[in-house]
Amino acid sequence: MSQRDGLDLTADVLIIGGGMAACWAATSAARAGARVVLADKGYVGTSGVTATGGPNHWWVAPDKRAQAVEERHARSFDLAERDWMARIIEETWRALPELTPYYPFDTDGRGGTFYSGVRGPEYMRALRRFAIDRGVTILDHHPALELLQDGDGAIVGAAGHARLDDRDWRVRAPAVILATGGCAFRSGLIGSHGNSGDGLLMAAEAGAVLSGMEFSASYSLSPAWNSTRTLPYFAARFFDASGHELDVPPPMSSEAAHLKALARAMDAGPVLADLSDAPVLLKQLLRRIQPASLPPFERRGIDLFENRFPIRLFGEGTVRGTGGLQIVDEDCRTSVEGLYAVGDCATRELIAGATSGGGAQNAAWALTSGRVAGRAAALAALRVSKVAPGKAIGQAGLRPASTARAIDLTPVVPAVQAFTIDFDGTLWRSAAKLNKAQERLDGLWREVADHGHAEGLDRVALREQAAMLASARWVGAAALARDESRGLHMREDRPKVDPAQAQRLLTGGLARVWTRFDPSTPLIHPKEVAA
Amino acid sequence: MIAHIFEERCDGCNSCVAACPTHVLDARTDGPPVIARIDQCQTCYMCELYCESDALYVDPDQMARPTITPQAILESGQLGRLRHDYGWDQPGDGHLSDFWRLGPLLREGAEIATRRYAAFKADRG
Ligand SMILES: Cc1cc2nc3c(=O)[nH]c(=O)nc-3n(C[C@H](O)[C@H](O)[C@H](O)COP(=O)(O)OP(=O)(O)OC[C@H]3O[C@@H](n4cnc5c(N)ncnc54)[C@H](O)[C@@H]3O)c2cc1C
Ligand code: SF4
Ligand code: SF4
Repeated sequence: MSQRDGLDLTADVLIIGGGMAACWAATSAARAGARVVLADKGYVGTSGVTATGGPNHWWVAPDKRAQAVEERHARSFDLAERDWMARIIEETWRALPELTPYYPFDTDGRGGTFYSGVRGPEYMRALRRFAIDRGVTILDHHPALELLQDGDGAIVGAAGHARLDDRDWRVRAPAVILATGGCAFRSGLIGSHGNSGDGLLMAAEAGAVLSGMEFSASYSLSPAWNSTRTLPYFAARFFDASGHELDVPPPMSSEAAHLKALARAMDAGPVLADLSDAPVLLKQLLRRIQPASLPPFERRGIDLFENRFPIRLFGEGTVRGTGGLQIVDEDCRTSVEGLYAVGDCATRELIAGATSGGGAQNAAWALTSGRVAGRAAALAALRVSKVAPGKAIGQAGLRPASTARAIDLTPVVPAVQAFTIDFDGTLWRSAAKLNKAQERLDGLWREVADHGHAEGLDRVALREQAAMLASARWVGAAALARDESRGLHMREDRPKVDPAQAQRLLTGGLARVWTRFDPSTPLIHPKEVAA
Repeated sequence: MIAHIFEERCDGCNSCVAACPTHVLDARTDGPPVIARIDQCQTCYMCELYCESDALYVDPDQMARPTITPQAILESGQLGRLRHDYGWDQPGDGHLSDFWRLGPLLREGAEIATRRYAAFKADRG
């Protein structure tokens, strides 16, 4: 990848990604005095699941924090850490009000200001402006393809392709923060098209380790034709095609009962939702609260509170699943020198254990991990006087192990969804199902790694396919190795929690995928942040 | 998926090209942007927010290529509606004054479902 007229930059800190975690990392690194470059695959403001969502952050007043942490910890299946939980609450409480010049925070209905929940597009627009004001150089439409590594194994930058200019780019920096989000395996989940696990693949090529990949069974309910946010559907009743009301336990029931009942019904045929029971105030205010929930209906001539409509569960993979890159210290370093991981790209077991951190924890984590990594990366980078040029280390899809040739990629998405999105393989996992699906994935991986090759812009799409394959194989290996059910990991052949497996499960490797339990769980004791 | 760009409304600012997170659109020097990679469209409506001229329309079906005609779009009254509902150009103008109700309304919905389910179970024995 040495195009003559490519873009070549140097920075202290390079951030890869453009959602909330990337932006909080960028503003924090810049405040610590670093020259920061942020390279996003899409546009900082609209790309990633933050922009189309509108996260509620974990927001707890000081006097209630100890209790909130205790309650949440009790539901984490022993894999979360109280110190980290307390830390993300404190940091979020400090950070969100800093956005006041950029985000139009409004009333909390009790005479105060409502900070905890933000609307996605406005939030990302605010974070973009905040980052620009802090002097961050933003490169929109600059997907990263691979990392640069020096002779000692440290990460010293990244390289990619600028899509709108159709030229290659390279940024050299002694500290690199991965903020590429979770992997939704092209399920169609709102905002997730670019969330293909690229950061996980790039990091693994440098030798990084992942954790908690088996905790990846999460879904959100939407009209069948357009993934939306879920607020309108909480009071829904459900019917089959012949008009019989289905026996679906309420949302928030234990052991994923709501989800499993819907999934079983959808496997049998179309399921329709009836929202006539929704709170009256919601019917009146939905447009003001969440305007984007309406076009899917209005533009089809459907009154969502009056007419029944078909629904679908959109898989969330590791987005509101929990696995990602392993974090080895309180500064959000990965196991590779010079490389940090933040937001959904990192494991969220630290704050959610074996459960989903969606709803409050994940956003607080994305914010906090971004801020602590940004600051730590800046301080580390400012101590470095000279950066080695580094070697580009991308493999699958970029540098085929054998002869390059055209390959058929159509089986990739169905294969990666087998035990991450498809109901039967995801909610009712078993060793037999996992082994079978994993074999298919191994074959496809070899095909892409040995022969996959593309030029220019086409490399971006090919690398996405490779990244989804790699991510699915880690999920599969971890789901096989965790020989029990725990939180989001549900094995029908091992339905019980096994107390002996109350440890984090690590995975990694590309040609050969490995797993091992982490005997040190939970061992990380973060110190106070002062970002 | 994105259905149509209205040439007569478009001022060629290309902000939709920049704002589309999945690189669906290509800029042109001699006219409005073109829909170049519709297979990458994730039906997120972000381009509508970033088009100040209300010149483009996203069809809500993310699984199929749109067939709606420009005439039908104009008649629907939906062109630019979403951006105006957001109050995108007037941040701080009270458009978020009910946003705090999201959590309480979500919980109320779940409570309604819980109460109804208990009755449903009792009914069915
Ligand atoms: C519908 C929905 C609702 C949610 N609601 C809540 C909630 O209420 N509370 C809560 O706590 N959490 C919630 N979550 C989860 C929360 O939104 C996420 O945890 C958070 O937004 C993650 O931020 P992020 O920056 O890590 O990822 P994203 O916002 O997904 O950003 C990832 C970024 O990486 C970029 N990228 C990917 N690959 C590359 C590459 N190769 N090169 C460069 N850039 C790349 C993408 O373009 C994107 O900008 C919700 C999630 C969904 C899907
Ligand atoms: S943003 Fe609107 S006005 Fe600008 S180029 Fe796109 S369609 Fe035309
Ligand atoms: S709906 Fe979203 S993905 Fe489709 S063209 Fe518009 S901005 Fe791009």
